[in-house]
Amino acid sequence: MHTFTRAETVEYPEQQPYLAPRYRGRIVLTQDPDGDERCVACNLCAAACPPDCIALQQGTRDDGRWYPEFFRINFSRCIMCGLCEEACPTNAIQLIPDFEMCEYDRQNMVYEKEHLMIDGPGKYHDYNFYRVAGMQIEGKDKGEALNENPPVDTKSLLP
Amino acid sequence: MPTIYIDDEAYQVPEGDNVLQACLSAGIDLPYFCWHPEMGSVGACRQCALVQYRDAEDTRGRIVMGCMTPVADGARFSMSGGSAGEFRENVIESLMLNHPHDCPVCGEGGECHLQDMTVMVGHRNRRYRGKKNTHRNQDLGPLINHEMNRCITCYRCTRFYNDYAGGKDLSAQASHDHTYFGRQEDGTLESEFAGNLVEVCPTGVFTDKPLVNEYTRKWDMQSAPSVCVGCALGCNTLPGERYGKLKRIHNRFNDEVNGYFLCDRGRYGGSFVNDEQRALFPGLRQSNSTYNAIESIKAIQTLVDWCVPGNKLAAIGSPRTSLESNYLLQRLVGEENFSNGIAVHEAALIEQISGILQNGSVATPSMRKTESADVVLVLGEDVTNTAPRLALALRQSVRNLAKEMASDMKIPLWQDEAVRVLAQDQLSPMYIVAMSDTPLDDIAAQTLTLCPNDIARMGLAIAAQIDSSVPGTEGMLEGFDTETQKLITQISDSLKGAKSPLVVSGTGSQNAAVIEAASLIASALQTNGADGNDSMLSYCLPEANSLGVTLMRNEAQISLDDICQRAAEGNIETLIVAENDLYRRAAKEQIDTLLSKVKNLVVLDAIGTPTLSQSALALPAATFAETEGTLVSSEGRAQRHYPAFLPAEQRDSTWHWITQLGQALALPGFDELDHFDQITAACAAEFPALQQICEASPLADFRNKGLKIPRQTHRYSGRTAMRADISVHEPKQPQDDDTPLSFSMEGSNGSQPGALLPFVWSPGWNSNQSLHKFQSEAGGALAGGTAGVRVLDPANTGSTSKKTNLPVESKAKKDQWQLLPLYRIFGSEELSAHSPAIQELTKKPFIQLTPEDATKLKLSAGDGLTVNIANQDCVLEVQVNTTIPRGCAGYSVGLPGACWLPPATSVNLGKAEIRANSRGDDV
Repeated sequence: MHTFTRAETVEYPEQQPYLAPRYRGRIVLTQDPDGDERCVACNLCAAACPPDCIALQQGTRDDGRWYPEFFRINFSRCIMCGLCEEACPTNAIQLIPDFEMCEYDRQNMVYEKEHLMIDGPGKYHDYNFYRVAGMQIEGKDKGEALNENPPVDTKSLLP
Repeated sequence: MPTIYIDDEAYQVPEGDNVLQACLSAGIDLPYFCWHPEMGSVGACRQCALVQYRDAEDTRGRIVMGCMTPVADGARFSMSGGSAGEFRENVIESLMLNHPHDCPVCGEGGECHLQDMTVMVGHRNRRYRGKKNTHRNQDLGPLINHEMNRCITCYRCTRFYNDYAGGKDLSAQASHDHTYFGRQEDGTLESEFAGNLVEVCPTGVFTDKPLVNEYTRKWDMQSAPSVCVGCALGCNTLPGERYGKLKRIHNRFNDEVNGYFLCDRGRYGGSFVNDEQRALFPGLRQSNSTYNAIESIKAIQTLVDWCVPGNKLAAIGSPRTSLESNYLLQRLVGEENFSNGIAVHEAALIEQISGILQNGSVATPSMRKTESADVVLVLGEDVTNTAPRLALALRQSVRNLAKEMASDMKIPLWQDEAVRVLAQDQLSPMYIVAMSDTPLDDIAAQTLTLCPNDIARMGLAIAAQIDSSVPGTEGMLEGFDTETQKLITQISDSLKGAKSPLVVSGTGSQNAAVIEAASLIASALQTNGADGNDSMLSYCLPEANSLGVTLMRNEAQISLDDICQRAAEGNIETLIVAENDLYRRAAKEQIDTLLSKVKNLVVLDAIGTPTLSQSALALPAATFAETEGTLVSSEGRAQRHYPAFLPAEQRDSTWHWITQLGQALALPGFDELDHFDQITAACAAEFPALQQICEASPLADFRNKGLKIPRQTHRYSGRTAMRADISVHEPKQPQDDDTPLSFSMEGSNGSQPGALLPFVWSPGWNSNQSLHKFQSEAGGALAGGTAGVRVLDPANTGSTSKKTNLPVESKAKKDQWQLLPLYRIFGSEELSAHSPAIQELTKKPFIQLTPEDATKLKLSAGDGLTVNIANQDCVLEVQVNTTIPRGCAGYSVGLPGACWLPPATSVNLGKAEIRANSRGDDV
């Protein structure tokens, strides 16, 4: 019967298949809508990673934001499972349809932060972690996050 | 033991516990926040709710708080029955109303009790649609990070800080849902124990500031059981490492030593390990005084050339490194060429104390036991600054009156608020006779400041009042004015009536007679005190292994002065100095002369010191966090610390450097010293006083259920990426043949001996509250046994040591001042003084004068003052202190930038210009 169905095989790489935006290829690190680094170096991606191929070190910027001093992924170990994307509380890590990572030298499969950062918010256009979470950073005072009252006056006894 | 029923299951529980504690001991996960095994219950958080039934027929029951309900035989409870589970979930839901949802950027995330409890009760969805309250944070200094929005108002912080540690500057402010925990205004927290807030706070309000600035989650840290080297108390610690850096030090529970708490020197003083000035390779000095990095094999060859037989060899050990390192060095050069490196006057004092501890009749209590003292006399020691954690224990001892009153009223001691309200301000008496004011003065019944000789005379007078047969004390009382006589009588009467009197003294006053007097008082109490009294004597010692190296001392060993003399006679060609900065042990002139007379100076050290920078060959040693070693604490407890991580590049343990050298020299016996355990065993065999040190901790062949004990948690991340920038080919995990621990996540953590606990974690309990899973009962000793072994018997009934010369009354000469050593928790200790957080809190070297003397010298606070000793001008900053005894001047000991001053000397003082920044680094 298969004789009469259309062949699914395509002449890759001359012919590129369509890959949906949600396709799980390699990861990128995205930016928030204000153009700042989304990753807060919480380490959840590293903890979720089954082959333990993400390593990073947190640092604190002068404006109070946490950021990764380095963010390293060893793609030669990565299994493209997407658990890091799922774990990421800031939508910083996103998997993109790029899976074509062939190298003669395995060392070239080690990607650092500068190789992973892209210039946009990726699939999530509006999310900015610091607008939601209560931590105070430069430009966002206490009480200015989502659903927050201005800081309480501890000297007041009013109800 | 009463039997209680939880969900119809019978449990035998300890008498007098509360239900929460009983549940935790029985392995039932009852959520809680405000209860703390050391601080008792207040019922503030309403989290540990259960349903209590009247009897087996009762089906309705009523909700009670586990922490506030005493166990009673036959009492019936249910965890899930009725609405208890729903109640607990609702409590968490309301606690979370104002939570800022910033776990990803929270320093507590991953070891947060609030996270654990939220998951445990099953709260998932936020239903509240109103707005969250927010709070402004405060800058609480270089140690503690403040994020008030995360607070759940459990009151643990103020209960620890104010009630337990005696702090005054942290309080609960405002009312209702505006409650705020902080200081009146921004500023460094004053208490020396503020760092414990990091562990006490069940959420992320107080976090470790140095850690948060370069943060690593708990699950990513590699850690091993360790012992603090910040003072001689031997508190148990857990250093955590990531990427070759020491990230933080957490408390390691030891029921007989530090319990749940550390001091801030211990907690924050370890980051000298990360000092970027530490050498990575051996350095050979060139003619232009710079160092060439060489391979360790070449360094050993050079050493072999310098140590060939016939070459005049000597070595200096150190009281801040392990018994094993000292022992090997002594064996390498022979005991007649070995000095333990303690300053000469100090060595005599420590030996005197060691003699009293070994042969005296009075028991030296463990730190935990000092908390049970009902009358305390502190003689000549500023405990908070020389043995900080002991000061926290003494703060608990003054509450024994309250506890006694509560017991009389049949109030259980875990009813914390009730016990405190009952006693109000009444405290058990503590008397402090010191050289200046001390941070413990606020809880002392009486304080008096005297110069050391007068302290000793007063001590002898007290001893004579207790037991008139104490020799040599006749007429001692008459030397004092009537007011002091009254005080002496008060103190001796109070001590005589005590059931567990405690005398605390130490090397702080640098006076042999003070030490003797303390011992005489304690033994007088034993014979003439209250019937069946449990008299205790505790001495504070200067460094982590002061007692250990002193127990290693024998007749043949030589002193630092002997070494100097030998060098002057040209009898030392090669001098090996292990982990010791000689400039902290004697006057600069003396050490300069010594080092100039030595042809080949070899210095092994982990930190940069002035001694190291004079060496012909510098060998990079490993710190406490990178090597194993046995230390003997001031109570005589031998404890082993294990490496949390391997030393970088060619840094190596001192014991390993010396073993390699001994083997290269083909010295007899060194070929049998390949492993650390063999060295410990050889050391134990050599010194009778140290026979038991092998029992301090299990040996390298110990296996827990057939497996090694992992240093890494089971969720240690990044293994295949952390070194990938160097090479994508992952190396084999380092093997550890010297300890029962492994440098990996494989192995078994749990049910091993207490000395081998590398981290606490249990399913569902990610925070340090999981400790109860490792204890025999909640709040009790570790199930695997208490870490360490006492090498000195608690009560060695021998004869008291023979009397020292009686102290003479101090009379100041005209225009001369007697120098009093004053210590500071931050800066006086050598290693911690290299830690950045501690450096921020370290003061400039100072001299304290009475207001009268300052006026006489036309000086005011902040002026510079020169002390001239041994042809050296020492410039110190003047502080005015009304409590300094007349004719005395207190000087800061060991602060960076200060020069060494001999104790108990009289000096001339003169005004000096103080440089803008005299707190320079002494590296």
